Amino acid sequence: MIKSILIFNNHGKPRLIRFYQYFAEDMQQQIIRETFHLVSKRDDNVCNFLEGGSLIGGSDHKLIYRHYATLYFVFCVDSSESELGILDLIQVFVETLDKCFENVCELDLIFHMDKVHYILQEVVMGGMVLETNMNDIVAQVELQTRMEKSEGGLSAAPARAVSAVKNMNLPEMPRNINIGDINIKVPSLSPF
Amino acid sequence: MPAPIRLRELIRTIRTARTQAEEREMIQKECAAIRSSFREEDNTYRCRNVAKLLYMHMLGYPAHFGQLECLKLIASQKFTDKRIGYLGAMLLLDERQDVHLLMTNCIKNDLNHSTQYVQGLALCTLGCMGSSEMCRDLAGEVEKLLKTSNSYLRKKAALCAVHVIRKVPELMEMFLPATKNLLSEKNHGVLHTSVVLLTEMCERSPDMLSHFRKLVPQLVRILKNLIMSGYSPEHDVSGISDPFLQVRILRLLRILGKGDDDSSEAMNDILAQVATNTETSKNVGNAILYETVLTIMDIKSESGLRVLAINILGRFLLNNDKNIRYVALTSLLKTVQTDHNAVQRHRSTIVDCLKDLDVSIKRRAMELSFALVNGNNIRGMMKELLYFLDSCDPEFKADCASGVFLAAEKYAPSKRWHIDTIMRVLTTAGSYVRDDSVPNLIQLITNSVEMHAYTVQRLYKALLDDISQQPLVQVASWCIGEYGDLLVSGQCEEEEPIQVTEDEVLDVLEGLLVSNLSTPVTRGYSLTAIMKLSTRFSSVNRIKKVVSIYGSSIDVELQQRAVEYNALFKKYDHMRPALLERMPIMEKTATNGPTEIVQTNGETEPSVVETKHLPPVTQPANQANDLLDLLGGNDVPVIQTTMPTKPASAGGELLDLLGDLSLSGGPTPAPAPSVPSSQPSFLLDGLSSQPLFNDIATAAIPPMTAYNKNGLKIDFTFERANPNPNVAVITIHASNSADADMTEFVFQAAVPKTFQLQLLSPSSNVVPALNQGTVTQVIRVLNPQKQQLRMRIKLTYTLKGSPVQDLAEVNNFPPQSWQ
Repeated sequence: MIKSILIFNNHGKPRLIRFYQYFAEDMQQQIIRETFHLVSKRDDNVCNFLEGGSLIGGSDHKLIYRHYATLYFVFCVDSSESELGILDLIQVFVETLDKCFENVCELDLIFHMDKVHYILQEVVMGGMVLETNMNDIVAQVELQTRMEKSEGGLSAAPARAVSAVKNMNLPEMPRNINIGDINIKVPSLSPF
Repeated sequence: MPAPIRLRELIRTIRTARTQAEEREMIQKECAAIRSSFREEDNTYRCRNVAKLLYMHMLGYPAHFGQLECLKLIASQKFTDKRIGYLGAMLLLDERQDVHLLMTNCIKNDLNHSTQYVQGLALCTLGCMGSSEMCRDLAGEVEKLLKTSNSYLRKKAALCAVHVIRKVPELMEMFLPATKNLLSEKNHGVLHTSVVLLTEMCERSPDMLSHFRKLVPQLVRILKNLIMSGYSPEHDVSGISDPFLQVRILRLLRILGKGDDDSSEAMNDILAQVATNTETSKNVGNAILYETVLTIMDIKSESGLRVLAINILGRFLLNNDKNIRYVALTSLLKTVQTDHNAVQRHRSTIVDCLKDLDVSIKRRAMELSFALVNGNNIRGMMKELLYFLDSCDPEFKADCASGVFLAAEKYAPSKRWHIDTIMRVLTTAGSYVRDDSVPNLIQLITNSVEMHAYTVQRLYKALLDDISQQPLVQVASWCIGEYGDLLVSGQCEEEEPIQVTEDEVLDVLEGLLVSNLSTPVTRGYSLTAIMKLSTRFSSVNRIKKVVSIYGSSIDVELQQRAVEYNALFKKYDHMRPALLERMPIMEKTATNGPTEIVQTNGETEPSVVETKHLPPVTQPANQANDLLDLLGGNDVPVIQTTMPTKPASAGGELLDLLGDLSLSGGPTPAPAPSVPSSQPSFLLDGLSSQPLFNDIATAAIPPMTAYNKNGLKIDFTFERANPNPNVAVITIHASNSADADMTEFVFQAAVPKTFQLQLLSPSSNVVPALNQGTVTQVIRVLNPQKQQLRMRIKLTYTLKGSPVQDLAEVNNFPPQSWQ
C-alpha cells in the first residue's frame, strides 16, 4: 500500500501532498519537512530507495523517490509494493502530467493544484494503484474536465453571465475625450 | 460584496510574499474573507473558496472550518462542485471527525448517479477515507458496481472493495460471488485491480486462499498472453507489455503457490519462461525479474529454478544501476536462510558492496555479510567487516559492533583470534559498543584462561593510548585488577612481554579515577581494580591511601566502595586475601541469545541479574549455597554440609558484607567449602591452585555397566561438571536386547546422605527392542566430601504387557568419578 505521495521542490516547498493514512495537520507538515530533509541530502548517483523517516510510522515503510529538474516526487510505501514497480509508476505519473499539461513544469503544478489531484486520483486510489495506462488516464481526465467546463468551471462566475456580457451590444462610446491643452489666460486686470 | 478572488490570483499573491510573516498575513486575510463568504451561504462561489482553502491547507495552515462546506458542495448538483467537494473531503476529513458520517447519504446517492464520473468520485472517496460504518452501509452498492460492465467503474469498485474489506473484514464473503468472472475481463485496468482484490482476500483468509487456488491456471494463461502477445502500443512501457499487471500477477501467484505443491507445479514453466525471456536492459524488465525471483524463492519450486533465481540475483548485484543492486541485496537477505550455499557464491560481490558510497546499499550489505559468516570464511569476512567498522558512519557502528561480537563468539577459530578481534572493535568503535557487551566480554576473557597474560597486556597498552572509550576502559580496568600480577611479572608467551612496574599500573588506574572522561561506572570499576591489586601487588600503602581518599568522594557509589574497602584494610585484613582472590570461571546458562550469566558468589558485573543471587546467599553457614548457583538450578535443595562453625560465621559476616554491595565489583568470598580451614596462601596462589581447569578433564573416566539383567542393560558414562569438580555428571544409557519394547520405562536412583542427586528428564520412556536405540538420562551427583560414590537404582518398565520392577545397587564406580 502506498502510504503517501509528496511532491516538493528543491527548497522543500510542497507542491502536492496526499496522505492515504490519517495524520494530524501539524504531523503532516512535520513529515514533509523530515522527508525533504532526508531526500535532499542524497546525491544524484545513489539509489532511489531510502529507509528512515520514523515519523511516518512503523519500520515497514520505505521512501521511493525520483528527482526531476526542480521537483522531488516521493512515494512512501510499505513492503507490499514492489520497489522497482513504484519507480515505474512515478515515471508513468510524470509522463501523464506531461501529456495533460503540455510540457509540464513546476509552475503548472503550482497553479493547477486541483487538476494535479484529479489526475492523481485516476492513478492511485486509496493507496493502491488504479490505472497505469497513460492514454486511458488522460482520456478520462479530459472528459471530466470537459464536464466541468460546461458548467462554468471552478474559477469562473456562472458562464451564462459572462457570455451575456460579452454579447451585449453597446453603442460605440467615445473612449477618449481629448480635451487638449487648455491654456488659461488670466486676463490682466486693469489696475484701478 | 465583491466576488472572491480566484484561486490563481490567490496563488499569485501568495507567491509574491517575501517572508513567512507576509505570507501568513495574506493568508489570514483571505481566510477571513472566505469565512464571511461561507457565512453568507454563497452557492456560486463556494467551490472557488474551498479550492483556495485546500491550497492553503497544503501550505500548512488550518482549514477545518471548510469541512462542512465540503459537505454542502458534495450535495450540490453540479459536477464541478462535487469534484472539489469530494477532494476537500478526502483531504480535510477523516474518521475522527463526526462530520464525515453526514456524507454517507450523499455518497449513496452518487453511487447510483447516472453519470459515471460522479459514481467514480463517490467510489474514490469511499475507497480513500470510508470509515467502518460507512463501509458497512455502502458495501452493497459497491458490490453491485463490481458486477457492472462499465470498466471504468468496475476497476474503481474493485479497489473500493479492498478498502471495505480492510475496514470490515467480515464483509469479505459478500464480494466472493462478484469475483467469479473478474479475471475474464479484457480491460487491463480492471484486470489489475481485480488481481489486487484477490490478493487482499487471499492474504486475509486462508479459506479464500484455498478457494482461489483453482484460479492458478487462468492466471498463468493471462501471464503467458502478456509475454507472448508481442507489441501492443496501449500497454507498452519501454517495450514490455503491461509490466504492472505482470508484476501483480506474479505476486498473486506467489501467495497462491506458497506451501502448495500442485500450484507450484503449475507455475514452474511460466516462471522459467518469464525469467529467461524478459529483457533486462531497462528498469521495467528488472522489476519483473525481481518479482519473479521472489516468487520462485517463496513457492515450492524445483531446484533448477531456484538456482536460476539466485543467478539472476547475482547478475543484479553486478549491475551498474544502484537501484538494482539494492533490490538484489534485499532479496538475497530474504533467501539467505533457505539457500545459504547458493548465496555464499556471491559473497565477494556482497563484501565489495560494503565499500559503496550509498548508505542504503551499505546497510543492506552489512546485514547480508553478517548472515553469510560461517566457520570457513570467518577470518576473511572479519577482516572486511572490521575494516568496514573503521570507516563507516556512526549510525552503523553500534550494529556492526554487535554483529562482530556475535559472529566472533559463534565462529572464532581460536581464543587468541577472538580476543584480538574484540580488542580491535573496542579500540576502534569502543564508544558505540552496547552496554551489555562489557559483561559478556569479561566473561569471555575469564574463560580463556591461557590468554590472560596476553589479554591484560594488550588491554594495558590500549589503555595507555586512549582512555575515552568507556567500554574499553571498563574491560581493561577489570582485567588489570584481576590479572595485574601477570602484567607486572611479564609472563606473556604470545607476545613480547612489556616491562611494567606496579607503580605504573597504579598510575594508570588512578588516572582513570580522576579523569573527566570516565563515567561513574568506570570509576567504580577502577577503584575495585585498585583494591584487588592490593593482594596481588606488594605496594599496599599506596593503595590504602587511594582508597581512603575516596572515602569522602561526592559520588555516593564511589564513597561506599571506598569506605568498605577501607574497613577491609582495617578490621578485616585477615579476610582480605580470601575476598580478593581470582574470580572463578563463569558459566553461561544458555548458549544462544541473551545469556543470563550464572555468577558464583560475589559479583563483578554491574548487572541487575546478580542482585537476585545475593539474597539466597545471605544465610548463615551457607557458603555452600554458592554451589547451588554452580549447579545451575533453582530447584536444588540446600546442601547440609558439615561445616566447622568458625568459617561459617566468618562466611556469614562476609556475606553480610556482600549483601550491602549490590552493584559493585565486589570481592569474592572463598569458593572452597571443602577445605575451609585451608590457608590464605592456598587461595592466594592464583591460577594454579584454583580448581578451575578441570573443564579439560572430560577424558579419563571410563564408562561402566551398572546393571544388566533380563535384557535391560544400563551403562554409565561420566563427565566432570565444570567448574566444580565435586559434581559428577553421569549419563545413563539404557538399551534393551529383548525382542519387545520396554514401555513406561522409569529410572530412579538414590544416594547416601552425604551426596546430593539431581535427575534430569530422560530422552524418552520407551526402550526399543533388540538394541535398536537407547534411552538416555543425565544424573548430577554432588560429592563434596569426596566419598566413594554408591547408588541404589530402581527400574520400572512394562515388557510384553506385564510390569516389571527391580532394585539394584551400584558399587563399582571407577575411583576417578568421585575423587
